[in-house]
Amino acid sequence: MLRFFANAKYDFIGVRRYAYVVTAAFILPGLLFLLVKGLNYSIEFTGGTLIQIHSQKTVDVAELRAGLDRQGIHGAEIQNFGAPDEYVIRARVAKPGTDANDTQATAAAVSLALDAVLGGGTYTVERTEAVGPKVGGELRQKAFFAIFLSFFAVLAYLAYRFEWRFGLAAVMATAHDILATIAFIAVMRLEVSLTVVAAVLSMVGYSLNDTIIIFDRVRENLRKHKKMGFEDILNLAVNETLPRSVLTHGTTLATLLALIIFAGEVIRPFALVMFFGVFTGTFSSIYIASPVLMAIERRWPGALARGHLGTTPSPAPASHGRKAEPVGR
Amino acid sequence: MSIRTRILIILGLVALSVFYLIPRQITVRERDPATGVMIDRTERKVPLKLGLDLQGGMHLALELDQSKQVSADPKRDLELALTVLRKRIDEFGVTEPLIQKVGDDRIVVELAGITDPARAKAIVQRSAFLEFRITNETNALDKALPAMDRVLRSLGIRGDTTTKPSAVEQLLGGDSAKQAAVGDTGKKARADSGNKATADSAARDTTPVLGGVLSGLIQPSGGAPGEYVVPETAFPRVDSLINLPQVARQLPRGVALRWSAQPTSVGVQSVRYLYALDDRPIITGSNLEDAQAQLDPLTNGPIVTFQLDRAGGRKFGDETGRHVGDYMAIVLDGRVQGRPPVIQSRIGRNGQITLSGRNLQEAQDLALTLKAGALPIPLKIVEERQVGASLGADSIQKGITAGLVGTVLVILIMLGYYRVSGALAVAGLALYLLFTLGGLSMVEATLTLPGLAGLVLSIGIAVDANVLIFERIREELQHGKTVRLSVDEGFRHAMNAIVDSNVSTVLTAMFLFQFGTGPVKGFAVTLIMGIVASMITAVFVTRTFYMIWLDRRPAMATLSI
Repeated sequence: MLRFFANAKYDFIGVRRYAYVVTAAFILPGLLFLLVKGLNYSIEFTGGTLIQIHSQKTVDVAELRAGLDRQGIHGAEIQNFGAPDEYVIRARVAKPGTDANDTQATAAAVSLALDAVLGGGTYTVERTEAVGPKVGGELRQKAFFAIFLSFFAVLAYLAYRFEWRFGLAAVMATAHDILATIAFIAVMRLEVSLTVVAAVLSMVGYSLNDTIIIFDRVRENLRKHKKMGFEDILNLAVNETLPRSVLTHGTTLATLLALIIFAGEVIRPFALVMFFGVFTGTFSSIYIASPVLMAIERRWPGALARGHLGTTPSPAPASHGRKAEPVGR
Repeated sequence: MSIRTRILIILGLVALSVFYLIPRQITVRERDPATGVMIDRTERKVPLKLGLDLQGGMHLALELDQSKQVSADPKRDLELALTVLRKRIDEFGVTEPLIQKVGDDRIVVELAGITDPARAKAIVQRSAFLEFRITNETNALDKALPAMDRVLRSLGIRGDTTTKPSAVEQLLGGDSAKQAAVGDTGKKARADSGNKATADSAARDTTPVLGGVLSGLIQPSGGAPGEYVVPETAFPRVDSLINLPQVARQLPRGVALRWSAQPTSVGVQSVRYLYALDDRPIITGSNLEDAQAQLDPLTNGPIVTFQLDRAGGRKFGDETGRHVGDYMAIVLDGRVQGRPPVIQSRIGRNGQITLSGRNLQEAQDLALTLKAGALPIPLKIVEERQVGASLGADSIQKGITAGLVGTVLVILIMLGYYRVSGALAVAGLALYLLFTLGGLSMVEATLTLPGLAGLVLSIGIAVDANVLIFERIREELQHGKTVRLSVDEGFRHAMNAIVDSNVSTVLTAMFLFQFGTGPVKGFAVTLIMGIVASMITAVFVTRTFYMIWLDRRPAMATLSI
C-alpha cells in the first residue's frame, strides 16, 4: 500500500523557533507593505462604480481615461479583465457635485464617456456594480463583525468540547492565519471583495479544522501515554496526523488549482486566498497552535496537566466511547 | 443497525435527493389581485434557482431621496413606495421578482433575466407624479428677471460659471471687464430676440457676459402666456441659476417655474421651453383611475389616454370650466409634457397626454407607472448590481469546467492512494454531490457564483472525513488488528475529529451567511449543506459500503486501503 509519511518521527515542535522566524519574515514585511500601500478594497466596500464591458475593438486605455476625465470622472482604474476584449472600469470617486449615495450619476457619466470614446453600440455592458459609500461602509462593518464574532463562537465551542486552553491556542493560530492572509492579500495586491472576505472566513474554518484534528490526537495521546512529556505528546500527534494532512491538503489544493485555472477572473482571488490559506493553516496548526498550547500549559498548569500526569482518576478507557470526555473535566 | 436497514436508509436519501432535483410543475392557488377570485397557476419549478450573478439580472437597493423633497413620515413613505413598486413590477412582467424592505430605510428589488436594465430602472425610479397646472398670465417671470439678475450680480455670479475667465479678463482686472461686459449684454440680448436662428452661436457668445445673465438667455416665446424659450446649450446653466434660493425668491408667490421635458427644434436651433405656472395644480395623478398607451390616429405619435375617478372628474370639470381660454400645462415629475394646450371647454373625466419624440414602449411604461400610482418621495439607487445573461452563462460554463477537472483530480488521488477503499470513497463522493444538490434544492437555496466555487472546493474537502477514517484503519491494521476490527475501530476513533472539525466549520459558515449579501450567502449555504452531506456520506454511507464488502468476504485477511 502506498503511504506517505507513515510512522514519521519528525521533531516538529523542537524546531519551532525557526518556524517563528519564517512566519515573521513573511508577515512583518507584508504588514509593512500593508501600512505603506494599504489594502486594495473593492468598490463594494469603498463605494463607487464598476462597469465591465466587452468591446469589439481594442480599447486605448489612455484615451478612455481622458474621456472619463472629460466627464468629470477622475482617477478611474481601467483594467483588462481576463480576455483581451474584456475591460473593467472602476470609478471609486463619485462625479463631483453629485450625491455619492445616489449611484446613478456616476454610472451615467461613465456610459457617456464610453459612448464618446468607443462609440455607442461597439461595446456591451456585461456587469455593473454601483455602490454608495453608505452601503459600502455598512458592509465593511458587517464583515469586521462576522470575523470577530466567529472567533468567539469557535473559542466557545472549543472550550466546551475540549478545554479553554485548546480554544485559546486555536484562536491564536487563527489570528496568525488571518494576519498572514492579510499580508498575502496586500503583497499580491488582490482586490478585497466580499468573496475574498468569504475566502478568509472559509480559510479560518479550514485552518481550525486542521488544528482540531491535531488537538483531538493530543487529547487522546494525553490519555494514552501518561508518562510522556508534553512536547513529545504534541510531536506524536502532529506526526500521526501527517498522512491525513498530506492527503486532505492534496485534494483541496487540487480543486483550488482547478478553480484558479478554469473558474474565471471573478473567482480567482477567492481561490488564491484559499490556496494560500491551506498552507498557512497547516503551518499554524503545527507551529502556532501546538507551541501556544504548550506555553499556556506551562504558564497555567491545570486540569489538562493533572489529567496528563494522572493525579486525577483517569476517565474511561481511551479506545471506547464516541464522545471522549475532555481530559480532567 | 443491520446492513439491510442501512441500505434502505441510503436508498431513501437517494430517492429524496432525486425527487428534489427533478424539475416539475407545481400548482399554486392564489387570489387574483385584480378580480379577487382564487385562481390556479401552474409554474415550472426548477431544482436549483440560479442567483442573479449566474442567471443574469439586476439587483437594486433603493432609499428615499430626500434631497429635493423632505419626507414628513419616512416609514410610511417607504411602505407606500413598496406597494407602488410591487404594482409596477407586477405589470412590468418579470418572473419571480423579489421586492422587499430591508432594515428601516431600504427597499431591495431583484429582477432576474431582464434584458433592458435602463428601462427597468426607469420604471422603478420614476416618480410618476402627474399634475395639471394653468400657465401664468401675469408676466410674472418677465417682471422678476431684472431683480433676479441684480441678485446674481450681487452674488458675484458672472456671465459664465463653467469656464474660467479668459487671460484677457484677468489682465484687465475685475471692474473694467465688468463695465465692458454689461454693455455687451444688452446688445446680445437684443440680437437674441431679434433672430432666434442665430441664438445658438449667440448663446455661446453671451456666456462670458457678466451682468444680466438671465434676461439675456430667457425670452418670452410669443406663444402661450408664461411660456419662455431658452437655447438648449444654456439650459443646464439657467436651470442651476434659477434654482439658487436667492434667485427663486424673486418670483412672486404662487408662481413656479418648470422646464419642458425635451428640447424642441426651432429652425436649425434647439431650444428648451421654460414655463411659469400656477403654483397650485388643478388636479394630480392621485385621482387617476386608468391609463392606456395608444398611437394618436392623427399624428401617429404615442399618447397616453387616462381616465379620472368620479371625484377627480368633477373637480377637473369645475376647474377647466373656470379656465376656458387659458393654457394648461401637463406636468409629469416636474417636467412639462408637450406644449400646453388651450382649454377649449369644460373637460370631464377623460384626457390624454401627448408625448413627442418617444416611442410606444415608453408610452406604455408611462401608462403603467401612472396606473400603479406615484411614488410619495423619489427613490435613489444606493446600490446596483447587474450581470448580463451571457456573462452569467459563461460563469456557469467555467464553474462546471473547474468542477469537472477538480473532481477528476480528487478521484485520481483517492484511487491511487487508497485503491479499493478509495473507490468506495469515490462512490461516496458521488452520493455526496447528489445529497448536497438535493439538500440545496430542498431548502430552496439559490446557487450563486461563489456558491458554485464553494461546491467545487467542497469536493476536495469532502474527502477529508474519508481520509481521516482510512488513516485510522491503517493505523489499527498496523497494530496487528484484524481487518474487521480495524475498520470498526477506525470509524469509531475518527468520529471525534470529524464531528469537532465540522462543527467549527459550520459555525464560521453561519456567520458568513449572517453577514453576507446574495452571492456570499449562497456560498455559505453551499458550504453548510456540503459539510452535512459529507458527514453523512463518510460516516454512514462509506461505512455501509465497507460492511457490505466485508460481509461478502468474511475471510478477507488484507484490506485494500
